[in-house]
Parts: sequence; C-alpha cells; structure tokens
Amino acid sequence: MHKTYKIMFWFSISLVILATVTVSVLGLRLGVDFKGGSVVELEFVNGRPEIKAIQESLFDFKDLLLTPSGSNGLIIRTGELSEQNHQLLLNDLKKAFPSSGVEERKFDSVGPFIGNELKNKSIIAIILVLLGVIIYIAIVFRKLSGVLPGWAMGLSAIVALVHDIVIPIGAFALLGYFYGVEISAVFVAAVLTVLGYSVSDTVVVFDRVRENVLRRGSKDDFGAVVHKSIMQTLTRSLNTTFTTLLSLIAIYLFGGESIKYFSLAMIMGIFLGAYSSIFVASPLLVWCNGGRVGKG
Amino acid sequence: MLFAFVYPQGADRIFKYLNIEISTPNVPFRLGLDLLGGTHLVYQADLSKSDNKSDAMQGVRDVIERRVNFFGVAEPLVQISGSDRLIVELAGISDVSQAIQLIGETPFLEFKETKADTQAILDAQQKGERLNEDPLQSTGLNGRHLKRVTVVFDQQTYQPQVSLQLTDEGTKLFAEITKKNLGKIVAIYLDGIPISTPVVQSEISDGNAVISGKFTPAEAKLLATRLNSGALPVPISLVSQQTIGASLGAESLSKSLKAGVYGLILVALFMILFYRLPGVVSVVALGIYVVIVLTFYKLIGVTITLAGIAGFILSLGMAVDANVLIFARMREELQVGKSLRASMFEGFSRAWLSVRDSHVTTLIGAFVLYVFTTSIVKGFALTLGIGVLTSLFTATVVTRTFLNLFNGPKSESKKWLF
Repeated sequence: MHKTYKIMFWFSISLVILATVTVSVLGLRLGVDFKGGSVVELEFVNGRPEIKAIQESLFDFKDLLLTPSGSNGLIIRTGELSEQNHQLLLNDLKKAFPSSGVEERKFDSVGPFIGNELKNKSIIAIILVLLGVIIYIAIVFRKLSGVLPGWAMGLSAIVALVHDIVIPIGAFALLGYFYGVEISAVFVAAVLTVLGYSVSDTVVVFDRVRENVLRRGSKDDFGAVVHKSIMQTLTRSLNTTFTTLLSLIAIYLFGGESIKYFSLAMIMGIFLGAYSSIFVASPLLVWCNGGRVGKG
Repeated sequence: MLFAFVYPQGADRIFKYLNIEISTPNVPFRLGLDLLGGTHLVYQADLSKSDNKSDAMQGVRDVIERRVNFFGVAEPLVQISGSDRLIVELAGISDVSQAIQLIGETPFLEFKETKADTQAILDAQQKGERLNEDPLQSTGLNGRHLKRVTVVFDQQTYQPQVSLQLTDEGTKLFAEITKKNLGKIVAIYLDGIPISTPVVQSEISDGNAVISGKFTPAEAKLLATRLNSGALPVPISLVSQQTIGASLGAESLSKSLKAGVYGLILVALFMILFYRLPGVVSVVALGIYVVIVLTFYKLIGVTITLAGIAGFILSLGMAVDANVLIFARMREELQVGKSLRASMFEGFSRAWLSVRDSHVTTLIGAFVLYVFTTSIVKGFALTLGIGVLTSLFTATVVTRTFLNLFNGPKSESKKWLF
C-alpha cells in the first residue's frame, strides 16, 4: 500500500485519540432531553431588555441560566419547572416588561427520570445498529473468506464507524464548551444516520474489493487490489458525498435554528464516513490480510 | 396522477388552464407539533396500588381522551406509552396552560375505610408520631366505578349535595364495603384529601352514594361536572412537557421547506453538469421519487415533523447516490471501450450490489431508530425508511426505463452525452 495510507491512517487515529481526550476532559454538554430540567425560549418582539434587568425581574426563581439568542431572543435554562411555576415566570416577565412584546416560542420540561431513560435507549440503539451492521457485512462478504478472515471486513467497517462517530462527538464537546451547544435527542438521530451512511460508503469500497478479488483470483498483491478498488470507486464516493453535503449544507444554512446542529453533526459524519472508508477501513483490511499497513 | 394527489392546488391550476373539468382530491399533509405549534405532554401514572395495570391505563387513557376532546383540538393524540406513561399531543392549540389545567386537574375520587389500627395511628398522630402512616386504607372503589354524578339538594337542610350513581361492579363493591364497615367511617377522598367522612348507617345495595360536604351550589356543580367527565382510576403526574409556539412552528416550516427546495436545486444542477444526459434522466427520476415519497406520506398519514423533513432531504441524498453509483459504473465501462448498450447493462448489474448493500445498511439504522426512540426521532426514522425503500425502486426501475429510451443505434454515436 502507498505511504499516504499509512500517514492518513495514523493521522486519523490521533484525531480519534484527541477527540476522546477532549470528551473526557471537557465532558459533553447534554440537553434537557437527556439531563432533565426546563428550557424556556422567549422572543421579545419589541426588542430585548438588558439581561441583567431580566435577571432582576425573576428574583423569585433560583438557578436560572439566561442566554441571549439572536437579536431579540432569550433562552432560560433551569431545573424542572412545574407548570404552575412556568406560568408564574411568564407572568413575572410580562409584568416587568409590559411593552417588550414578550412571547413564548418554546418550552421544554423533562423529568430527570425520562432523561435517563432516553440516554439508555440511545446507547442501546447505537449498539444495535453496530451489531446489525457487523452481521450484515459478515453475511454479504462471506465469499471472501479465502483471502480474509470472516470477521475482517466487519471489524474494519466498525473501526471506521467508531472513527466517524467519535470525532464529531469530540467536536461537539468543544462546541459545547465554547459556544454552549447542547447534545439533544436529535443529535443521536444524526449519529445513527451517519452510522448507516458511512457504513454504506465502506461497503461500496469493499464490494469493489470483493469483485476484483473474485474476478482475478488472489494472485495480485492484496494491498494493490484494495488500492485499485479505492481508485475505481473514488469518483462515486466524492460525488455522493458532495451531493449529500449539498443537501445538508442547505439544511444548515436555511433550515432554521432547531436543526442547525443536527445538520452540522451530519455534515461532519458524512464527510468522515467517505474519508474513513478510504483511509481507515481499507488499510485495516490490508493489515488483516497479513501484510503490514504501508507495505508495497 | 400522483402529482395531482400531492399538490392539488397546482394540479387544479393546470387543469383549469387546459380547460379540463376535473376536481382533485384534497388530502392535507399531516404536520407535526414542531411545525404547527402545540404541546407534547407525558404523564406518569402511579400504578403501585392497582391490581390490573393495563386496565387502569386504559381507563386513564379513556378519561383523558374525553377531556381532550372536550377541549376541541383537531386530531388530538392520546396514547399509552410503555406500561405506565400516557402521551398527549395537542397541535395548533393557543392556550397550552389552560389545556394542561384541564387535563391535569382531573379529580381522583376514592373511597377509604378504617384499618384494624386506625384508632392507634390517629392517637399516635395526635402526639406527633407515625405521621407518615395513612390511618385509612383504600377499598378498591374509586372514580372508575362512577356511572352518573348529579347535584341534589338535601330535603331538610337545602344544602347542595353531590349524588353518585355507581356502575354494577361499583354497586357490588359498595354493598360489600358498607356491610363490612357498618357503624364505622367510610371516607370519600378527592385528589387525596378527605371531603366527606360519613359513618355507615346501613348496608347500601342500590349503588347510590351521596357526598354531603359543605359545598356551595357552584362548587357542587363544578365537582359534578368534573366527576362526570371521568374521574381517573389512578393518580397521574406531568413528567415532561414540550411546547412550541405557533409562530416558531410556522417559521420552522417555511425555513425547512426552503432548505429542501434549495437542496433539491443544488443537487439537480450538480447531477446535470457532471453526468450530462444521464444526469437529466436522474433528475427526472428524482422528481418522480419526490412525488412517490410525498404520496406515501399522505397515504400512510405520516406526521411531518422538522426532523422528518431532514430525513426526507437525506433520503434524497440516498436516491441520488444510487444513480451516481450506476452512472459512475456506466462511464467506467464506456471508457474501457464497450458499446453503450453493454455499458448500460454492466452499469446496472454491477452497481446493483453496492446500491443494495448501502440501502440495506441505512435501513438497519432507520429501523432501529424507529423501534427504539420516541416521537421526534421516530418521525425522522420513518421518513428516512420510506425514502430509502422508494429510492431502491426509482433508482433501479425508473432510471433504467428512462435510460433504455435512449438506448438505440443513434445514441451509440453520441457517447459524449453520457
């Protein structure tokens, strides 16, 4: 295999390690749907008063976290608010700023119990998808068992998948730390979709490897076969990634605040998915074949 | 045809232009809470004291449904989730707080009787001990056993009273209870507070009971109305609420539609520029794909949410991917010097495995998401799943049919088109 693969492979591995370190040091900023608590999103139609003044008007409530959003918006985060307290809070605001045209845009309140449940469900869902993918790949590529151990393709694909998820999670840990971006249930949906997408990318390359191996026997150097397969599927990989990214960028730019970070996670994941099929999964495959990464 | 179903206004305009008198059926898309504005409520029922848990949940559901219907919201959703949760979704509602009050302030009526050590507990509580113990115990007779509730006036004192008519099952239970507790107290609790603690004078077997608390006529009437609309068989509490204002919903809808249209245009442009004639074919196939998918949404009654639209846009990407795989393969075969006809055949048959595998893996993801998650993400999984299945069909059948149209001796000389 060409030297580039080796360099990129270790570059990816160090990125993954970096992301893991980032997550374990900074932690993830979980949204209310996982953590429990309440979020009130307000819009002051006639202009937002000073944050400090708002804070003062809500002196009855403890542990409020106020963040401005957009030019006239305000997000209030706090522990779980009962419906009664929720109405009291809105009333206090309306009384303190009668001419500000304050309007409630969104209110989320989740009990801690439900949040935990969602967290567990999300983890189970991710594990199930990974398992499903391993099984599917093992079945589809069983014919290659002469060249590779049966688990090799599944394993390489999974390592690539983990790579595709861990790096965006690390990026979101950074975004959470510096910009307060939260991880919500929708983020999990993004991760799961990336899983499906990026595995399909890897599968396309592997499909070609299978075809080349079956057609020509295993006379050629396996590393060369894999490289050839990558080159043959490269146009397709680039085009597909590009068109998908086009849709996603459209969502990111025009889709509004609520799915902005969903699409950002997807953009990262889809890009990494295409990249990792070439520079993570494929070198691993060659390595499983018995040759060292970077040989040839 | 399908186009007319998906976009009847547009179709009507075209028919009018052509002077044809056909009226198209107007089935609206079903929009989710996040696009319409509304509230998503999750209630937790306390089933620790009920024997038949699924019956109790059914009871809760029926009662809440009646209350919600009373509120007059279009297509409300009242759904049991898991074993002890109830999900209520009210779309397009303006006063959420009032709705929560109406649903949440449901009276929980219960009959309680004395225990063997009731007196001992009461004595101890006088001295400030055993405060956490309930001196009375449940009898099993509760709001579920009410048939009819009316306001009556006492013949002697002219005090308003609330008269309860019990169901057959309740009548039997009440007869047993009164027989067992002759000369003792049977207390009537409303929302956990005793409102009446009469002493049983005789066994009551006709299924009539009277609450003679100190009501004003207005209070008695309110209580009767509340009890009539259904008392809950078990207590419930609101554990999660998600409310989206109507203005935010409308904004999200227009923004995501815009994103969808821009995404579609960008993808179409790219395909045509890069793949020329097959690109045009795939854009047509993509158009057919969009119409088919939207038809499914209407037919199955898919609730379209923000995440659902994202799923749809993403499945567009999948549909394009299938075409890209086929065309890339075709081009490759052409470059090797094969005839157009052979290249087309090879392109489809060789790309098929990749198309199949990539779609199946995405389907695995969509399926797991659908089974394991709740509302918001579920909508995404459903639209993604429908999209992927449809894409398998359009990429193989539709694109192939169209390409075959161009598959003649004339085209062989115009290979640059491909």
